[in-house]
Amino acid sequence: MDAGLQFDVAHLLAGGLVLVSFMLLYQDRMFGLLNVFALHAFVLALSVAWQAFIQDAPHLYVTAAIALLFKAVIIPVALHRIVLRLGIHRTLETVVGVGLTMLAGMGLVALSIVIMLPAAVDADPLAREDLAFALSVVLLGLLMMVTRRNAVSQVVGFMSMENGLILAATGAKGMPFVVEISVAFSILIAFIVIGIFLFRIRERFDTVDLQALEMFRGERS
Amino acid sequence: MNAIGSFALVAILAVPAAAAAILALLPGYRVTARLNIAASLFTFVIALALFTARPEPGRYLIVDDLNVVFIALNTFVAFTTSVFSASYIGHELETGRLTPVYLRFYHAMYQILMFAMNLALVANNIGLMWVAIELATLTTVLMVGIYRTPEALEAAWKYFILGSVGIALALFGTILVYLAAQAEVGEGMDAMAWSVLVTHAAAFDPGLLNLAFVFLLLGYGTKVGLAPLHAWLPDAHAEGPTPISAVLSGLLLNVALFALLRFKLLLAANAGALAPGPLMITMGLVSLVFASFMLYRRRDIKRMFAYSSIEHMGIITFAFGIGGPLANFAGLLHMTMHSLTKSAIFFGVGHIAQARGTQRIADIRGLTESHPMLGWGLVMGVVAIAGMPPLGIFMSEFLVVSSTFARQPLLALPLVAGLIIGFGALMLRLQGLVFGAPSGSRDTQVTASYVPMFAHLGLVLLAGVYLPAPLVAWFQNVAARLG
Amino acid sequence: MALIQGFLVQGAQMALVLILAPLLTGFVRKVKARLLRRQGPSVVQPYRDLLRLLRKEVVLAESASWLFRAAPYMIFAATWVAAALVPTFAAGLLFSWSADLIAIIALLGSARFFLALAGLDVGTSFGGIGSSREVMIASLAEPAMIMIVFTLALLAGTTQLSGVASFMLEENVGLRVSLGLALVALIMVAIAENARIPVDNPATHLELTMVHEAMVLEYSGRHLAMIEAAAALKLLLYVSLLGCLFLPWGIAASGTGVQAYAIGIGAFVAKLALGGALLAVFETSIAKMRVFRVPEFLGAALMLGLLGTLLLFVSRSL
Repeated sequence: MDAGLQFDVAHLLAGGLVLVSFMLLYQDRMFGLLNVFALHAFVLALSVAWQAFIQDAPHLYVTAAIALLFKAVIIPVALHRIVLRLGIHRTLETVVGVGLTMLAGMGLVALSIVIMLPAAVDADPLAREDLAFALSVVLLGLLMMVTRRNAVSQVVGFMSMENGLILAATGAKGMPFVVEISVAFSILIAFIVIGIFLFRIRERFDTVDLQALEMFRGERS
Repeated sequence: MNAIGSFALVAILAVPAAAAAILALLPGYRVTARLNIAASLFTFVIALALFTARPEPGRYLIVDDLNVVFIALNTFVAFTTSVFSASYIGHELETGRLTPVYLRFYHAMYQILMFAMNLALVANNIGLMWVAIELATLTTVLMVGIYRTPEALEAAWKYFILGSVGIALALFGTILVYLAAQAEVGEGMDAMAWSVLVTHAAAFDPGLLNLAFVFLLLGYGTKVGLAPLHAWLPDAHAEGPTPISAVLSGLLLNVALFALLRFKLLLAANAGALAPGPLMITMGLVSLVFASFMLYRRRDIKRMFAYSSIEHMGIITFAFGIGGPLANFAGLLHMTMHSLTKSAIFFGVGHIAQARGTQRIADIRGLTESHPMLGWGLVMGVVAIAGMPPLGIFMSEFLVVSSTFARQPLLALPLVAGLIIGFGALMLRLQGLVFGAPSGSRDTQVTASYVPMFAHLGLVLLAGVYLPAPLVAWFQNVAARLG
Repeated sequence: MALIQGFLVQGAQMALVLILAPLLTGFVRKVKARLLRRQGPSVVQPYRDLLRLLRKEVVLAESASWLFRAAPYMIFAATWVAAALVPTFAAGLLFSWSADLIAIIALLGSARFFLALAGLDVGTSFGGIGSSREVMIASLAEPAMIMIVFTLALLAGTTQLSGVASFMLEENVGLRVSLGLALVALIMVAIAENARIPVDNPATHLELTMVHEAMVLEYSGRHLAMIEAAAALKLLLYVSLLGCLFLPWGIAASGTGVQAYAIGIGAFVAKLALGGALLAVFETSIAKMRVFRVPEFLGAALMLGLLGTLLLFVSRSL
């Protein structure tokens, strides 16, 4: 397999991840959001598995399997159940309109490419461009957290941001066990957040709409 | 010697972890509180041993000049806070704000937090340091929300969101540092070991290092509470239990800043890298001035002191940004003094809130008359934090101002302005709080332990008057290396 | 001799697209009907429709101006020229120097311009609705199209269609993200431009939400035949454009013999059949969008085009 094709497939998968991040921004229904997030994790698993193949690093296959199993299957299913139980499977709104969000997203992608590419002229080109994509995914996840009001979608935004970080960590060749640990941490955080906060917030407010939460805004005094 | 050192190093991690496991299982408040105190004391004593017996730097853990005093400080404040917590939490149990189940959870989380902070301080592997700080953030998020009121939940959620953003950016910066190191050192664990990195740092690609530092500053800077990334801090301090506010202000902010210092040392070793100074100066000054202004309009006492923490973190970051031996020395000294003073203040504030049953400043009056020990303790604490001589903070602030005059005279203007504004606000509020006729319908007598508060204040007073020579030498040594 | 041969081949292409266009439309209708478990009209029905319309009398409204009478011819001419320029079975034909992607966009744009004016010309409200919606769609579809052209031109180094086609055939292009994004964006733009579901329904004449049919509501006789033929040509153009840019196999290089041309024609017909079948499946499986959601749809196409262009800068630097 020549190096050009390896590059291309890696770029294809990483670019696909950026595209799915845009799709996440566009979703305005809960179930659609969760399905697209499962797709996001699936594409990440493919990308990590491909990196494992071309870097000849078998421990990354474990990372890919964890991403596939937990983030593409278990967490979306769990969130699905929670959404049903909370009764919030109707529409949710974004704070800013979709068009503006998309434009902001494009700006962030352009920004991350402009930042990353000149910064590491000497480094391995595959790693450098992988990092540009990964930074785009992280920034898009951040954008999602900022433009959403619903607690569940903010958690999804956070987890997509973690996906971008995993992509970055696998792109940096030979980075030791941190990949596994970051995966474990994201799972841990996801469980704790989902379990504790969503149920507590629901219990207190009968809603997970954070705008209602902000009636008790902290910054009053 | 090395064997004792290695044992001590492992022990300061193993003891909190084991204590957390045991505390999660034991019922009964008195037993767990005492065990908490015992574990913290034990950890502190072991940490003192590290001064004399240092282990070899390993792949994952290291004890060097930079972190040895911070370890001792950390474990000391953890110990005194556990003493305070023992007397404080009993009252919370009585008034029903906390249930026994959550209490078990609280003590276990406390020890896990100590474990995480110690791990962050002794970590040699930059990835491990990141993991430890993330663990510490997570435990504090859970503890901030422990009262489960709407305000507490909102504060915890905000902290979680902003904390995760910071953590993610910090991880990205860590990956970039690894990438820079990998080109020089090769792949694998060695490229993440800080002791290896700092020896090779001169050969790293400056562009990558710069970019990495920006991300690290934004990421860990969120945890330090630098404006404009500070939004989580006031709420988290106000809504969580007071021992947690003390630990947050006194310890966690310091640990995050310590992580930044590690990376600043890397950048200092590389000649081509951008001087991190201007960035840190800007963020520090903005935090200082912003927080000083915000001090005026606060109506909640804990929120006010939270903004004071932001102000002081701004001063410290500014000092490290100015650079040079004097300013670095001032920054290190300020970190220590602020940690002691702020936790002392929070000890006092916690008991005040319990005595008066409210956190609103307008409802607390005349403390020196109704609770003389608390009142005068608070006076001393606020005077210390405002920077009056002969207490320790005056010394460090004075050093910062004088080195600023020497290096960047124009910047001294906003610096001094910020300091004076903060001073004014604190004194104004203090007057209302402690003097005058006592207010409050609920004048309960609180079974408070004043020992931690006065112990801290005593140390601060001592430091302001006389700093022991080895300590000065240590500070100067580290300050020189910070560049 | 070579010049005459060149003229012949070019003329053959022009005739080919004209002949195949109604067949493609009929084929799509047939497949759709079959998918809906109907018999459906015969595949050659569009030819019969066109012949019938040509023999019928033209009925003009009293308020119709010269523009109304001239527009169908201009629309048909522009669309036919554009369709004839896209390489179908052979690249490097006689007029291929003028087969510039931007020129094709401009030709289609002028056709649309006249159609919109004709819709407004008679002064009915249906026509006005159709024209305004058509122009709204165009205002989003054209920038998307331009972004796609940018992506392709940056890759191939030229906007000339023959050049792009041969670049795709010969160079080791590999699997590029930008091409994938450009493909999806082009499909979305094609759907919008050809007034297909989910943007517009080509099958009924009475919906208040239609776009293309509303503009041509007043036309009859040979005028309507010209416009119908132009619509069919436009569909053929887009399908052959997709085939030429993204599935360039089978296109004969310039100057090769009749056998290569025959293979090229065979490949072209196969691509048309594939495109038509996929379009029919797609149209049957999705519902028409409400009009206010069309900008979102096209905005997505624009974003994809932008993203494709951006990602080109993350190049394969080997």
